[in-house]
Amino acid sequence: MINAPEQTKVKIVEPTIFDLSSPGRTGVTMPASDVPETALPPEELLRPDLPLPELAEVDVVRHYMHLSSFNYSVDSGFYPLGSCTMKYNPKINEDTCRLPGFLYTHPLQPIETVQGNLALMYQLQEWLKEISGFAGVTLQPAAGAHGEFTGVLIMRAYHKSRGDHKRVKMLIPDSAHGTNPASSGMMGLQVVQIPSDSRGNVDLKALEAACDDTVVGMMLTNPNTLGLFDENIEKVIELVHNCGGLMYGDGANLNALLGIVRPGDLGFDVMHFNLHKTFSVPHGGGGPGSGPVGVAAHLVDFLPEPLVGIIEEGEDDMPPLYGFVKPAKTIGRMKAFHGHFGGGMVRAFTYIAMHGPDGLRDISQYAVLNANYLQARLRGTYKIPYDRICMHEFVAEGRFEGSDVRALDIAKRLMDYNFHPPTNYFPLIVHEALMIEPTETENKDTLDAFADALIKIAEEAKTNPEVVKSAPHTTKFGRMDEVKAARELVLCCWLPENYSDQ
Amino acid sequence: MTYIPISPRERDAMLETIGVKSLDDLFEDVPAKHRFPKLDLPPALTEMEVLDELSGLAQANENVHSDLISFLGAGAYNHYIPSVVDHMLRRGEFYTAYTPYQPEISQGTLQAIFEYQSLMCALTGMEVSNASHYDGATAAAEAVNLAFAQFRGKRRKVVVSPTVHPQYRAVIRTYTQGMDLELAGDDPNADLESSPENLQSLVSEDTCLVIVQYPDFFGRIYDYTKLIEAAHAKGALVCVVANPTALAMFKTPGAMGADIVVGDGQPLGIPLWYGGPSVGFFTTRKQYVHKMAGRLVGETMDSKGQRSYVLTLTAREQHIKRERATSNICTNQGLIALGTAVYLSLLGKKGLRQVAELCYQKAHYAAAQLSKIEGMGLCFSEPFFHEFALCLNRPVEEVNAHLLEHGILGGYNLGQDYPALKNHMLIAVTEMNTKEDIDALVEALSEVSHD
Repeated sequence: MINAPEQTKVKIVEPTIFDLSSPGRTGVTMPASDVPETALPPEELLRPDLPLPELAEVDVVRHYMHLSSFNYSVDSGFYPLGSCTMKYNPKINEDTCRLPGFLYTHPLQPIETVQGNLALMYQLQEWLKEISGFAGVTLQPAAGAHGEFTGVLIMRAYHKSRGDHKRVKMLIPDSAHGTNPASSGMMGLQVVQIPSDSRGNVDLKALEAACDDTVVGMMLTNPNTLGLFDENIEKVIELVHNCGGLMYGDGANLNALLGIVRPGDLGFDVMHFNLHKTFSVPHGGGGPGSGPVGVAAHLVDFLPEPLVGIIEEGEDDMPPLYGFVKPAKTIGRMKAFHGHFGGGMVRAFTYIAMHGPDGLRDISQYAVLNANYLQARLRGTYKIPYDRICMHEFVAEGRFEGSDVRALDIAKRLMDYNFHPPTNYFPLIVHEALMIEPTETENKDTLDAFADALIKIAEEAKTNPEVVKSAPHTTKFGRMDEVKAARELVLCCWLPENYSDQ
Repeated sequence: MTYIPISPRERDAMLETIGVKSLDDLFEDVPAKHRFPKLDLPPALTEMEVLDELSGLAQANENVHSDLISFLGAGAYNHYIPSVVDHMLRRGEFYTAYTPYQPEISQGTLQAIFEYQSLMCALTGMEVSNASHYDGATAAAEAVNLAFAQFRGKRRKVVVSPTVHPQYRAVIRTYTQGMDLELAGDDPNADLESSPENLQSLVSEDTCLVIVQYPDFFGRIYDYTKLIEAAHAKGALVCVVANPTALAMFKTPGAMGADIVVGDGQPLGIPLWYGGPSVGFFTTRKQYVHKMAGRLVGETMDSKGQRSYVLTLTAREQHIKRERATSNICTNQGLIALGTAVYLSLLGKKGLRQVAELCYQKAHYAAAQLSKIEGMGLCFSEPFFHEFALCLNRPVEEVNAHLLEHGILGGYNLGQDYPALKNHMLIAVTEMNTKEDIDALVEALSEVSHD
């Protein structure tokens, strides 16, 4: 057991659910059994006690309401977290995904009884193919990183199926998300880091030097984590293809590309989507996400099983019969059942249906407009190390000459101005990075207020650095002692020691 | 319909600040020949129209709420969800927040995850829990990663009981295909009546992990204590895949000596939702915490002396360790984990035990009645929880088609995974099934049997 640290005078803002427990309370009354009683199994197979908390319904509701009030969220304010696409989550999605026909269907029901679900999944596969320019899509992966892992498995299986066994290297730019190398590492692949050039593109010379017949492929986020569309994208893909490698697109930044360009048309072979970024599925405080994967024609046979397909063509007024199909050389199953149907697919379907082709292009155009506008407003106050027209996000440096204020301090100080901070210290290739992604769902007033706050903070960094370095001042909680958390490792709590059922 | 709150006038002012003439001018880095493709998608719908379309799709399903009486389980279970759970999940403060990277303004999510971790430890009898995995199957696959890393890749065998859920075994095979690992025991033709102790013969000095399920895929309850002792004697770790509802009643895997306990949290207040999203729980012993994948919330103090919570031991994770991380997991199932925490808080020690006992009682009543039908019978004689394998005298597809005509969603066809269990159906019974439902099932099956 983990020993609690000595708790001297620690202030409790909200007790834990275990602290709130009182013997004999219950939040739910279940109906009595209506069947003749069967004896319980022998005592030695049973557990002696169940140390869960006991609360009434009102206690539970108030507890979680208190907790909810400690959170900053998109519903409460601007959340320009770079690479996370914290756009507004339409409320209608919350209603469509809870329609009883979706909510109460079992994943193993006979296909004839779930044609609505299957039709929706089939249509979503088709729409994602059209949006991305790929020949096949699986909806199974649960999140972006899960999609990456799926993609890497597909790339490996493709080479293996051709008897090409010497490919062990994955090329990954130095600006990549950590999940890219981690996904490759899970497969035991060697990661070769490719530097960026002075304009933030992939360094072509370094790439060319790394391209040989041991390359599985390259994992590229485009636009990259600097928010820049690679100016040599076609050349990059050509180099990778010429050495027999496959091109993986990290779809984390797809919010810049809807109706702008299709990754499949550019020559990408495989890509994951983040339905929880681009297609308005809420982030849920850390999931659930949804990470479908699209592939070009030569990789369709390797997709995870099963996919949704048409089992019997429809006629005149008869819809087709949808069911499950197994790709010929499938890499296997990525998770139990069919993916994040309710939480991911229904919401994304609703969103795409409500936008249509023109609405989707608007999303990306305005996401890019908002990012460039903010970049223009901050240029001159904050250094923009790769300063050109950006896509849906950009990266500034959170440091000033002659000041020891750092990006972290600026991030914390923004909370005092009622904003969620941008992503900081990422990408790794920018010193004191502040990665800002406003999304298309913010108005000009909000962007101006945010720019004004950042400009004010830059001023404070010179005139009153202490106020920045000790921020936040107005939030309910102050900065955390992260060293204490890691050293003491208190990872769970229990019912109080003197708790009894009396 | 659009969610873009910028007027044309504002747009033009912004373009001027940027120094370009039009929105299109922002995309000159995109190769011209591929720029602005015409997407062949249906035209945009309004909110009113989209609700109509989605309602039509939802109604094209037969659901287990109002259309069908369900006896289908096999990894996803139809339980009662108290109203409060969804009310909490619909709080925008929870569902529109990101992973809690900024703890000062994310204490709601952080404390809720900390409590979720605590509830999972209490339920499984273990010491630490992470903040969740995608589902039970991927959590089981991550247990392999932990064990493999624990022995630095020197032990290259994993023993998987054939009575672990077939889809979980499939996911483990997918996850490990690049790891040069031997999967032993994962054989649907194995003797399914043999006791779990027989798995011992497969455990060697080269084994890093043994995986069993509790209750197993056929609903059977075994005490794995002896198997775990034997595995430990060979130096291997043991992972138990557990049903969380069963843990309200039965001896915990922790008490049996398990090193890792994983499972799917869907039975704890999460709708079936056609299979997802659910949540994979993952608990272990404190000594393995550094090898465990996923987010982890720890208690600390803030600058005001207040008890508070942060993501901790992040150096294990992909954004720091990159290719050397044990797992690539980033986004997990935060909101669903919150849902299970609300559910467990509401039911508490008495309510959850009551749900488990209702499942047990009703399943045993159903089993007793069904085994009286001529030509049918229980396949196994071991103690079981809320699921059992029923032997039929004709193909499961045929029987299920007949049941469906009576508005009954029959059990899982075991023959599709286990050749020896042709004509066997896995029946699940929960607190949602009334005596009347069960009697209707018995009657409908009697008809089939005598046809």
